[in-house]
Amino acid sequence: MTCDAPAPAAAPERTEWRSHGPRRRSTRALRVRTSAVLVAATVLAVLLVPPLVQLDQQAVDLAAKLRPPSWAHPFGTDDVGRDLLLRCVYGLRVSLLVGVAAALTATVVGTAVGAAAGALGGWADRALMRVVDTFSSVPHLLLGIFIVAMFRPGVWPVVISVALTHWLSTARIVRAEVLSLRSRPYIDAAVSGGASRWRVTVRHLLPAVLPQAALAAVLMVPHAMWHESALSFLGLGLPTHTASLGTLIQTARGSLLAGQWWPTLFPGLFLIVPTLAIAGLAGAWRERINPRHRSELML
Amino acid sequence: MLELRSITAGYARNAPVVRDVSLTVASGESVGLLGPSGCGKSTLARVAALLHRPDSGTLLLDGEPVRRWRHRAPREKRTAFGVVFQQARLSADPRLALTDLIAEPLRATGRGAEVPGRIAELAPTVGLTPDLLTRRPHEVSDGQLQRACLARALALRPRLLVCDEMTAMLDASTAAALVAAVEDYRAATGAALLAVGHDRALLGRWCDRTVQWDSLA
Repeated sequence: MTCDAPAPAAAPERTEWRSHGPRRRSTRALRVRTSAVLVAATVLAVLLVPPLVQLDQQAVDLAAKLRPPSWAHPFGTDDVGRDLLLRCVYGLRVSLLVGVAAALTATVVGTAVGAAAGALGGWADRALMRVVDTFSSVPHLLLGIFIVAMFRPGVWPVVISVALTHWLSTARIVRAEVLSLRSRPYIDAAVSGGASRWRVTVRHLLPAVLPQAALAAVLMVPHAMWHESALSFLGLGLPTHTASLGTLIQTARGSLLAGQWWPTLFPGLFLIVPTLAIAGLAGAWRERINPRHRSELML
Repeated sequence: MLELRSITAGYARNAPVVRDVSLTVASGESVGLLGPSGCGKSTLARVAALLHRPDSGTLLLDGEPVRRWRHRAPREKRTAFGVVFQQARLSADPRLALTDLIAEPLRATGRGAEVPGRIAELAPTVGLTPDLLTRRPHEVSDGQLQRACLARALALRPRLLVCDEMTAMLDASTAAALVAAVEDYRAATGAALLAVGHDRALLGRWCDRTVQWDSLA
């Protein structure tokens, strides 16, 4: 037998077990790339525009109030003639800050409570989970309004309000993960090796739940932004002179009825687009760290 | 050294896995515990290693009754036992390299300074080469991982080794190497052994005496 002609480079074979096919993968890649570009653009705009552009977002020009989008003002102007593009970027900056700070705080609190409940077990677990149930039984927007109302309007009360109403789901996720890991033989081995409860939690349990907690944190950023906008829209969040997406939409409410659509549309888009982009990235990440997928890789 | 008196243990109330079992392991003795799958051998091994609280019965360690299990047990009592489990894959933290896996008991008991010396001592006795030590569990075979798990169990120089079907998932040569490593350790330190399994030929050759599960109750 001769080893002559190499195997013809035919069209890629379609095998039975590859159920998704290239098309599904290419749309997924497109989704991930688009989301990544949009998230990067958002972060860059928020970080770079204010220091580089050096324009005053509060500059009032009553002669040019409520102008529709044009070359001079791509997003138009608001009811006192401020440039909406600049206001939107500044508003996004504040909303994103609130979103990230609230999501981080909520995740830290939720992870701490969930890990403590799961690792300690017994009455500590029952007591902590009853606290979680109690918090969950109150509508969280209502509770958030109550917390915000206790403070002077500002960024940090909104962060606290959103964080204190959103750590519950993270606590539940982390507790469930910790409970399932706690009975693994490698935890038995650590106990037998003299590890304290603290060491088992910090060295073995928390690193294992961190991907889930981080995913919950990322998904919470847009949710927290929406909460901030909701609170500001209700007039309870940030003071009206501070541009945030919520305050922008709230002040533009009146002009919408008069037919001026741009002061509400653009802040709304600034809220929706980053939300979808972050959700797209987080979705791809969730597929990656899917426990079933991971266990297939490990075993 | 270790005495289990009428132990009843299980994972749900009213459904004990182990009923009224008694077993004694004298100092320096090696005992093989034989029984069919699912009879409760592993649960008894976990009770013996202070990892599972029995529902009733008494456990005497050096003549003293043990009243606390797992984290509540005093550290020197817990670390008197070295435990090797059946499934190496599940008993190794997937995030730790084999060196860290073996060093974990030393670090957990505040003896981190001894790590390099002890690793250099343990790795050759269980047959791990230096290039394997830097790998993580998913990068080594089951047999290599079980060698690391045995090294971890030996790290704190336990007085009693509990081998829960240590060789059940391994090929004959790896099984022989691991049994030889355990026997070398016992010859050097005089540690006792409780080997659990259902391989009558292996336990018969390995242990001073073997007991049938049915004869314990």
